[in-house]
Amino acid sequence: MTTILEARGLMKSFGAVTAANDISASINEHSITGLIGTNGAGKTTFVNMVTGYLKPSSGSIHFAGRDITPLAPRQITRLGIARSFQIPQLYDTLTVRENLIVALGMVLRNAKPTFFSRLPAQVPGHNDTLDNVADNLMNQFNLSGYGDRVARVLPQGLRKQLDIAMAMAGKPRVLLLDEPTSGVAAEEKFGIMDMIMNVVRAEKVTVLFVEHDMDIVSRYSDRVLAFYDGRIIADQTPEAALNDPEVQRYVTGKRHA
Amino acid sequence: MNNRSLTIFSAILVALVALGGFLPDWATFHITRSLGLGLVVLGLMLMLRAGLVSFGQALYYCLGAYTAGTLMHFYQIKEALLLIPAGMLTAALLATVLGALLASYRGIFFGLLSLAFSMILYGLIVKSSGLGSTDGFTLTSPTFFGQSLGESSRYAVFISACVLTLIAVWALERYLRTPLGRLAPAIRDNEIRVEYLGQSVRNAVHIKYVISAALAGLGGALTALTVGHIDPEMAYWTTSGELVFILILSGSQSVIAPFLGALLFESLRTYAYQEFPYVWQMVLGIAMLLVISFLPDGIWSLFRSRKAKSA
Repeated sequence: MTTILEARGLMKSFGAVTAANDISASINEHSITGLIGTNGAGKTTFVNMVTGYLKPSSGSIHFAGRDITPLAPRQITRLGIARSFQIPQLYDTLTVRENLIVALGMVLRNAKPTFFSRLPAQVPGHNDTLDNVADNLMNQFNLSGYGDRVARVLPQGLRKQLDIAMAMAGKPRVLLLDEPTSGVAAEEKFGIMDMIMNVVRAEKVTVLFVEHDMDIVSRYSDRVLAFYDGRIIADQTPEAALNDPEVQRYVTGKRHA
Repeated sequence: MNNRSLTIFSAILVALVALGGFLPDWATFHITRSLGLGLVVLGLMLMLRAGLVSFGQALYYCLGAYTAGTLMHFYQIKEALLLIPAGMLTAALLATVLGALLASYRGIFFGLLSLAFSMILYGLIVKSSGLGSTDGFTLTSPTFFGQSLGESSRYAVFISACVLTLIAVWALERYLRTPLGRLAPAIRDNEIRVEYLGQSVRNAVHIKYVISAALAGLGGALTALTVGHIDPEMAYWTTSGELVFILILSGSQSVIAPFLGALLFESLRTYAYQEFPYVWQMVLGIAMLLVISFLPDGIWSLFRSRKAKSA
């Protein structure tokens, strides 16, 4: 398997608090990796460092062999790393369709770096018209009936779906999902994850997702990175990780027999 | 914004060009002034769509006017087809420099910093006796294609204003459909998401700022040639306030709205001057209160409501 993303000795401190303490990990292409840990364990800090929102105090991050540590979020996005957010980051006054059109418009500008470029007939990477690509994304993420609905009034589950659909508009190679099912009703979680996984598997996207629900982690990930106190305490298959005594003690809270 | 409104507006401008010769002088003057102000407000509208309000747009309005004025007064360049682009270009160049700083600011900081720059220009002109200090100076009639038109030059400026407005509204409408143009509401709503979709918010704001300044410079140069006199009041904060007033009156939903707003504002001000010479500001204040209370999205919402009802 080819390594697509690699973190080497990442350190990050906020004053006296160490949020990342020598984090190293290699992520294989097309893999689905769950990031688990209690609040404050360093999962989101890791995601934020990979996507350029935070710069590590030391260490480096490599994407497809290239050092991306000093790059800004928009530069990292253009290389092919997209993300969704724990609190969905949408354009609240725009409709669902407009949100997607704006996102696709940025794909067009990324592909053709002129400020006043005309909208080409086909969206690069999608090989279809802008409207058709937006329709297709709405279909893939179960948003078809909500195209004319303003994003602000959408329920939390649909906001999450739109957030991820916008991240997917750029045809990323790596997608980082920060708690994709948080704030979603328990009975809807598996449905949303099934939908997301169908799309990312079809598109052969490498996924890292932060999750607190261990049923979801064990069902959808093929590898787990367990965080505790800014460190990775387990890097194994889901079954092995969830049976790891340290993970049970510090993450899942189950008492080790 | 739909193409039907734009087509009707374009037809009105073409009709004005064709029939302008039959209009009385006061009407062509009034319309030219309104189109000049409308162009400045069109630029402000572009910024407002991205969530930014400049309280110093008079800087570029005045700069456009003074560029045309100084070229004519001191360098004997009278060709309107050079003076108008020169005003636009100077404003765009200054905005390229100042925009590099301003593009990092938002909200009240952006508004007041832009106001500070306009007051610097005001102070510089007031202290420059060569530029006429507080009195400003008077311009002669411009030439068109090298021809001195005498009394008809006012009509030629009127035609230029109509044609340039036509070009500006179509160009801006086209721009708003490009990926960069579509970014404006996205920047207003959520800058983080814009960055995480691979775009630089700072660059986008900078470009919008330069475009808005170019439109203000164009409006200023047209106003200078129309009125035939320029003074530093054009850069004063009250002028910027008037421009924001017209923006609120117009709303940001259509590229046509700033011209309707400017025409209404000019008419209202002229009426208030004539009928209530001592309390004319109060009339404008009451008008502002009424607009904010009953038409918070500007006068264009009247047309939208009618369309919604008919639909």
